[in-house]
Amino acid sequence: MNTLFDKIWDSHVVSLIEDGPTQLYIDRLYCHEVTSPQAFDGLRSRGIKCLRPEKIFCMPDHNTPTHDQDKPIEDPVSKKQVDTLERNAAEFGLAHFGMMNPKNGIIHVVGPERGLSLPGMTIVCGDSHTSTHGAMGAVAFGIGTSEVEMVLASQCILQQKPKSMRISVEGKLGKGVTAKDVALYIMSKLTTSGATGYFVEYAGSTVRSLSMEGRLTLCNLSIEMGARGGFIAPDETTFEYIKGREYAPAGEDWDKAVEYWKTLKSGEDAVFDREVAFDAADIAPMITYGTNPGMGMAIDGTIPEDTAQKSLDYMGFEAGQSLIGMPIDYVFLGACTNGRIEDFRAFASMVKGRRKVDNVTAWLVPGSWMVKEQIEAEGLDKVLSDAGFAIRQPGCSACLAMNDDKVPAGKYAVSTSNRNFEGRQGPGARTLLCSPLVAAAAAVTGVITDPRTLMD
Amino acid sequence: MKQKFDIIQSTCIPLPLENVDTDQIIPARFLKATTRDEKFFGDNLFRDWRFDKDGNPKTDFVFNQPDFCQAPAEGVHQVLVAGKNFGSGSSREHAAWAIAGYGFRVVISSFFADIHKNNELNNFVLPVVVSEDFLTELFATIKDDPMAQVKVDVPAQVVTNLTTGRSESFEINGYKKYCLLNALDDIDYLLEQKAKIEAFESGR
Repeated sequence: MNTLFDKIWDSHVVSLIEDGPTQLYIDRLYCHEVTSPQAFDGLRSRGIKCLRPEKIFCMPDHNTPTHDQDKPIEDPVSKKQVDTLERNAAEFGLAHFGMMNPKNGIIHVVGPERGLSLPGMTIVCGDSHTSTHGAMGAVAFGIGTSEVEMVLASQCILQQKPKSMRISVEGKLGKGVTAKDVALYIMSKLTTSGATGYFVEYAGSTVRSLSMEGRLTLCNLSIEMGARGGFIAPDETTFEYIKGREYAPAGEDWDKAVEYWKTLKSGEDAVFDREVAFDAADIAPMITYGTNPGMGMAIDGTIPEDTAQKSLDYMGFEAGQSLIGMPIDYVFLGACTNGRIEDFRAFASMVKGRRKVDNVTAWLVPGSWMVKEQIEAEGLDKVLSDAGFAIRQPGCSACLAMNDDKVPAGKYAVSTSNRNFEGRQGPGARTLLCSPLVAAAAAVTGVITDPRTLMD
Repeated sequence: MKQKFDIIQSTCIPLPLENVDTDQIIPARFLKATTRDEKFFGDNLFRDWRFDKDGNPKTDFVFNQPDFCQAPAEGVHQVLVAGKNFGSGSSREHAAWAIAGYGFRVVISSFFADIHKNNELNNFVLPVVVSEDFLTELFATIKDDPMAQVKVDVPAQVVTNLTTGRSESFEINGYKKYCLLNALDDIDYLLEQKAKIEAFESGR
């Protein structure tokens, strides 16, 4: 009662169906190439148009190669899917940021950085990591393709209202501990289904102290504990980030918007269906050892004795084992989780004055062209290339390996992405999820390394 | 696709694993299709658990075992029984298309991930949530007798293990039940709401 989630949700209710779901109005729909073609087909077969095309933005990100984007995509099936999105956007009159368009990138990186995702909005996309946009103070959640079709057709969705949950983290983060570690830590405590049925509000001094990039990382991973979405009440950090961005309100509209956004917080008397609290001092740099994101531990910890045998067999690990010093094959920096400027700064700070180990393959993939430009503007590209790293072109890349960036079977990949499911980064690939600092430490040592031992 | 529900009585395929994520149900490399070809998705359901990299069936996976390899048909293997937290992870509706395409009408579990549950319902596959006890007993029943049947009575909202006689009622809201019984989907409903949508917009 009287939570920020209630406020935003309730102000978007078009109607309540008796003994049924809510008809919820959607302010922003994002479409990528993978989960939208069948929805557009649905519109065509019903002979209908989009009700509010101006609220819908399309961009390819999953299939895009991370090199030579100026050339046609080599994989004909990927190319067809990317071309289909462009054709559908044109046919239905929707904004489309195609490959090589300076506005292109991973949808969950582009939306916030262009000022398209704003406080108080309802935001959906056929992608579970839509929860990312919750960092802006929005109710944002992933949906299926049938639901994409609903929003294309009616700018509304039928949805049961989830329960509300507040996760508070208090205190100062320790050395080498980032927003990614906070998320992996919470998941390791709540498990991969611990927040299913809930919409999460992140609160507490630790969360407040995070930059927008950190908040986007934290909210991004809400789905990995089963939550439909997660958000953070907007504050000065949020307003500062949004101001001046391309699609953000400006002038008089800006003042009016900020005045409204300042009202977007849970009441003092707010009652959540569930409350959980954590202490920042308990959080160490994290790494996952299993086959779902809830299977994480402190990097200097040991694999729990009760770990499922199927996961251990897949990963080639044993219960009780420490991972420190274990050789790795691949490092992936990027994805909607950790493909933002702050992530590249962190990675660069760790590898500066060091060298990538020769037998490690490193893929550094910015989340968008805007991030790539910023990397270059800040001279991070020089730091990284001096250390033996190349920057690729933006896209989802090795997070789910729909393009050519696939980790071979049996190889270990230290990844800043969001899922370590079997085969996620390529059939048989073994993924260890972690922060950009842990990934960088592995890249320059060739083994799992506690980043704190490399920091001053 | 759109098909009416009434009473389904069938043998089951058991998958007693927890946290089965949608990347396992349909791996990402099969998401490049631009059409809703359920046969294609059904053929690749649990692809990397069902087949090795050369496309040969893995004999240790339940779908390939003699008792369970028969493709679903009326009364046969129309029900998938899965461990808790089924369908976690990616929102890909392709997972629901694969389940529907293989021929399942019902998935029974003690717990479903939210997005996947909606995706199943939107594809006329019924997710039936049962208690842990019911699920454990059902797995044991199928282990003893692979021909064991369940009855899923949608109008009455009751699921029954026909071997032990144990019944449980399951949740489904009145609106969705009406849709399932009459083969209507949410878009049919929303398209009739244009006046309400415009009234909402002008009131903002």
